Amino acid sequence: METLEQIKNRVELAVRGAKIDIVVNPGPSQQSSLLIDNEHAVAVAKFLRDHPVLSFDFCSNATGVDWLDRVVKKTTKVKTFVEGVEKEIDQTTEEKIPGYLEAVYHLYSIKHKHGPLIIRLRTANRGEGARLPSFTPIWRSAELQEREIFDLYGIHFEGHPDLRRILMWDEFVDYPMRKDYWDPDDYEWEPTPHDDVLERAKQHYTPRPQLDGAENITAQPQ
Amino acid sequence: MSATIQTAHPETEQPGRLPPQMSSRLDGELLEVSMGPQHPSTHGVFRMNVALEGEIVRKLKPVFGYLHRNHEKIGENASYLGSMPYTDRLDYFCSMTNNWAYALSVEKLVGIEVPERAEYLRVILAELTRLQNHASLLGFLLSDMGAWGTPLMYAFREREKILDLFESLSGSRMMCDYMRFGGCRVDADDEWLARAKQIVDRFPKFLDEFEQLILQNEIVIARTQNVGKLSPELAISAGITGPMLRACGVNYDVRKVDGYGIYPRFKFRIPLGDHGDTYDRLMMRALEMHESVEILKQALTQIQPGPIVNPKVKIRAFRPPVGEAYGRIEGPKGELGFYLISDGGPNPYRYRVRPPSFINLTVLEDLCLGHTVADVMVILGSVDIVMGEVDR
Repeated sequence: METLEQIKNRVELAVRGAKIDIVVNPGPSQQSSLLIDNEHAVAVAKFLRDHPVLSFDFCSNATGVDWLDRVVKKTTKVKTFVEGVEKEIDQTTEEKIPGYLEAVYHLYSIKHKHGPLIIRLRTANRGEGARLPSFTPIWRSAELQEREIFDLYGIHFEGHPDLRRILMWDEFVDYPMRKDYWDPDDYEWEPTPHDDVLERAKQHYTPRPQLDGAENITAQPQ
Repeated sequence: MSATIQTAHPETEQPGRLPPQMSSRLDGELLEVSMGPQHPSTHGVFRMNVALEGEIVRKLKPVFGYLHRNHEKIGENASYLGSMPYTDRLDYFCSMTNNWAYALSVEKLVGIEVPERAEYLRVILAELTRLQNHASLLGFLLSDMGAWGTPLMYAFREREKILDLFESLSGSRMMCDYMRFGGCRVDADDEWLARAKQIVDRFPKFLDEFEQLILQNEIVIARTQNVGKLSPELAISAGITGPMLRACGVNYDVRKVDGYGIYPRFKFRIPLGDHGDTYDRLMMRALEMHESVEILKQALTQIQPGPIVNPKVKIRAFRPPVGEAYGRIEGPKGELGFYLISDGGPNPYRYRVRPPSFINLTVLEDLCLGHTVADVMVILGSVDIVMGEVDR
């Protein structure tokens, strides 16, 4: 297989305006990946699949990763005047890196028997902006796997033909694979009669009849 | 019956509701039937919402999740070694290959070398797993077709012999928990290897008998040929792997392509199908068993004494370096992969299983359209699913 730089150059020549970064994997597995911008992702994927030399026709694995907001502390030495004397003191600055969700695809070529090429897409944030283009029109194998990512991570894949929950039930509201997910004590909680439900239950029953003096008659011990 | 089938194209039709011509009235043209989750031939708790015209399937939507326990989240909260016994429970027929795929991914993540004897033991156990998985699949498939009991018991008789081998080696028939990072847990003695050799040598006799009884059977041929045809283009696009892909004539076997472990040392062939129908998928299993026997014979004669685990691998405080790795093997059901991200801690930051039988179900609707309800069972049986892996 060609190196990631060669593939990156090929893609950038073919797809106009595509921004591609190489995400270096520091571990010993030597599986670095390509980060593709969301606007051109479908065009890039189509190119990777149809190019005669690359021909990544087989999308083996599609999965999501959750990266939370991070705070990176940096310590720098700053020269300042303390009581008229120049001194070096440590100054810590905190930089907040916003979190995002990632979709990772592992591509192989059955035609040329090479791979894996790992491509990743990143969402803008972890809230409303968790939207990515769907690769299901390019590789059908993404159909169930993207549904699973939507179910467990909450990434909305635009262009997916049938995006709905797959492993959790349809009424489930949260996304269990997110790092900040906290499972409730009782999954199947249903409102039992209290609060407003109790009020409605009370209105349902007829009010108790007025007692006319009978409440005053009590059995007196002799 | 309620209309629970979601339309495939929500933007063109009203989502969540059947189009008017597909309402579930008895006097109408289409009848909606919920097959499963409790059905003898769904191999677990699997449900299909089927829209029928008479007896012909016009629409089929699989419903997953009855066995979902979020295996991946549990894996993120357990240590690397702590997940090893839990991988047994994914595809509970093939715990040895599940162990191997997970161990292979962690070895890629950390960069661990495996001693030669351990690699031989892994190959022997993985191929024995393939034998017992394929044998019991053929039994189950015939059971789905109505050959009730007898073929399944023939297959299970052979399977029990292999499970006895697993039990005497690892202490458990099905939940073996045998592999470790950089090797295997216990060594096999000469007596065990002799017993394995005996069982492997006798296996072709069972295969020939089984093939004579079943694969030439007129009813089997009538029920499976030209049923559930899959084109190679769709199979590649849909990520189909394993015997199901090779039944379409696509020559792709991870054992040959990646050459993981010591597979390049063995001489074996990859059987390929011509038509991609259910009969080819069935034949693929039978032919693969012959090739597995060949690999086993070579491995059992070549194996040499030696260490079975890499002594450099830490057992306590096992912390892989920051990075990620995707490792895959050719499991009996298809390409089984594990994708791991390490942040340098004792637990994986991301632990992902690439389940072959889940992804093989992508094309279930395409296979079943136009066939009868009875064929749905046969097609589903030939996909070879285990719900512990599909729902995870």
